[in-house]
Amino acid sequence: MDALDVARWQFGVTTVYHFLFVPLTIGLSVLVAILQTMWHRTGNERYLKLTKFYGKLFLINFAMGVVTGIVQEFQFGMNWSDYSRFVGDVFGAPLAIEALVAFFLESTFIGLWIFGWDRLPKRAHLASIWAAAIGTNLSAYFILAANSFMQNPVGYRINPDSGRAELTDFPAVLTNKVALITFPHTLAGSFLVAGSLIVAVGLWHVIRNRDSADTGAYRFATKFGSWVVLVASAAVLFTGDIQGKIMTDVQPMKMAAAEGLYTTESPASFSVLTIGSLDGTREVFALKIPYLLSYLGTGDPHGTVHGINDLQAQYATQYGAGSYTPIIPVTYWSFRFMIAFGMAAGAIALLVLWSQRKGRSPSSRWLLRAGLAMPVLPLLANSFGWIFTEMGRQPWIVFGEMLTRNGVSRSVSLAEVLTSFAAFTLIYATLAVIEVKLLLRYARAGVPDVSEEHPIDDTTDDAERPLAFAY
Amino acid sequence: MELTTIWFLLVAVLFTGYFILEGFDFGVGMLLPVLGRDDRERRVLINTIGPVWDGNEVWLITAAGAMFAAFPEWYATLFSGFYLPLLLILLALIARGVAFEYRHKRPEASWKRRWDTAIVVGSLLPAILWGVVFANILRGVPLDADHEYVGGLVDLLNPYALLGGATTLALFATHGAVFLALKTTGDIRERAGALAVRLGAGAAVLAVGFLTWTLSIRSSAAAVVLAVGAALALLGALAAARVRREGWAFTGTAVAIGLAVATLFAALFPNVLPSTLDAAGTLTATNAASTPYTLKIMTWVAVIFTPIVLAYQGWTYWVFRKRIGVGNIPQH
Repeated sequence: MDALDVARWQFGVTTVYHFLFVPLTIGLSVLVAILQTMWHRTGNERYLKLTKFYGKLFLINFAMGVVTGIVQEFQFGMNWSDYSRFVGDVFGAPLAIEALVAFFLESTFIGLWIFGWDRLPKRAHLASIWAAAIGTNLSAYFILAANSFMQNPVGYRINPDSGRAELTDFPAVLTNKVALITFPHTLAGSFLVAGSLIVAVGLWHVIRNRDSADTGAYRFATKFGSWVVLVASAAVLFTGDIQGKIMTDVQPMKMAAAEGLYTTESPASFSVLTIGSLDGTREVFALKIPYLLSYLGTGDPHGTVHGINDLQAQYATQYGAGSYTPIIPVTYWSFRFMIAFGMAAGAIALLVLWSQRKGRSPSSRWLLRAGLAMPVLPLLANSFGWIFTEMGRQPWIVFGEMLTRNGVSRSVSLAEVLTSFAAFTLIYATLAVIEVKLLLRYARAGVPDVSEEHPIDDTTDDAERPLAFAY
Repeated sequence: MELTTIWFLLVAVLFTGYFILEGFDFGVGMLLPVLGRDDRERRVLINTIGPVWDGNEVWLITAAGAMFAAFPEWYATLFSGFYLPLLLILLALIARGVAFEYRHKRPEASWKRRWDTAIVVGSLLPAILWGVVFANILRGVPLDADHEYVGGLVDLLNPYALLGGATTLALFATHGAVFLALKTTGDIRERAGALAVRLGAGAAVLAVGFLTWTLSIRSSAAAVVLAVGAALALLGALAAARVRREGWAFTGTAVAIGLAVATLFAALFPNVLPSTLDAAGTLTATNAASTPYTLKIMTWVAVIFTPIVLAYQGWTYWVFRKRIGVGNIPQH
């Protein structure tokens, strides 16, 4: 074990952890904004209750996304300083723009939304949550544009004197075809999580809290969330399909690694699962769907999908001797887990909607269990998706340009990176326990009583009025 | 003006803005056990910065992002070289940010006490460490010819840097007390005002000592003027705090912190991270910079969006301009 390994583990752990909170922030910000808009439009108190209820869950999660995000920005310089030197000219720009254009919008308006309930006029308050939601979603675009440069570098040249990447075409970086498809795919995956959380919490109250006066609100939430999950599932599939073809085009090794396809095949089949050696070199049993990999990769059922061995030989000639193959068991299984967990949430959403058809009230314990599992499934799918796309790029940190091992900070010792890895893991694990417990506590507490709330009234003196949503 | 100079100024402005803004919310955080005698009072203190602390912190994220985009070498060397101080700052910011949001989420006193500790430590640590970090940037650190940091942790803990840490700590504490005097009512306001005077006297002594030492290490005409301005602003703030002119006192501490940070950057220019070893290792605004094309794009983005950000952030402060007191805290 050396500093490089630990730095990689730290990046993996902190990034996957960060992305447990980000999808909920992305999705819930918009869904809460929609609920508040419905209240604004109809005046129906039910929507106000749901806005405040899910808004609270949103904020418990939001805090974690914010604080773990700073780590991400610092980590490039702290642990990957040679990478930062190499790509700073290209990669720094979207990051800086993300902060200036998106983070300010998000954090400032979240503050206004939390504390503005009875301070701001209703419309301005509603606009605040929308501004925060837009900021959140914009930030996803810029960070994905930066990440897409690592997958498919475009709009740059290598300066022969300094050996660094230099930006030559910024619009090309922002319209990288990988970024354009990864963005909707990531958003869809995020709405899958957010919709699932709304369903899980709503369904728990529908089944367990039958006598509640707010059953109508919970039933609505359950249906609303289920539809979000269904639409998001369709969007995930649709964008994922396009993404697979782009990936096959720009990172053929990643597609070969997703299947553990060693020899070039046309047509190529897709294995749903394989039993044998983990890296797929020896298989005992495989459940295969013919033509599917060719279709996923090329759009043509008879299309050619290049195998690992051929690509490895090709890269060795192109880039010099060495291994250019990712860790196959990781890519093979993470790819399958991503698809399976993601689709499972969609299937459960269908069951939930079916259980409530024509005003029926569901009571099945199994349905409840499935519903409660819902938010976890797309979270796992998102995590495996990121593990797949980042591990599938290895050994590159910037595909075709820089190897991961050449990007690590030379001045950071093993002891230092072990210290930070241990510290992050410890504080993250502790906070995860606290966060989940809080979410459960507030989810169980149910929608708030809003009957005592009064609209903004300029005649009362602020000095005597309790503040809403105060810390 | 050269693009690299413009970006040096912009990075300086972003860090200055960060220290002025988060300076007072660090101050509020560390004064929590001093000025908040019971839970309701502590809630008043936290709620004075509640709507704004997160937006304040984005100044740091933007400053670091701007540094990454405009001066990748500076960002890379600084962040990897100052590994452990930055790690501690990150851990502190994590604990503190979560604490603000979670503190009131459960009623138990033990729960609140733990988060209060997180807020206090999470505010104290960065307040000291940022001073240590920026003093070391000015003083210079051991960099080899590849601009790679070759020192250890002890190199960062020199007397000058420690004085820098003590200075930022005292300045932010004063700034926080002045802010609280401006934003609260009743008893807390009185105590915060009295504390500001006492803290301010200590901060003034430390700041004058630190800035004098700074100018003896490296200096320029602009740096001297800015340092004198910072000292005068701090004295003005003290005088205003004594007679309880809270608005003026806050303006004074804000200007003092702004000018003190500006002094460091003015003394540093055109270097961005001097090497204490071979001069070839020194990073400058020129050799650390991105290409003109990147800087030009970033300049356009900054020109368009900075005024917009300032406008809505300013508006937030306007919306929450009123003082708050224990009467504003709901019973539950």
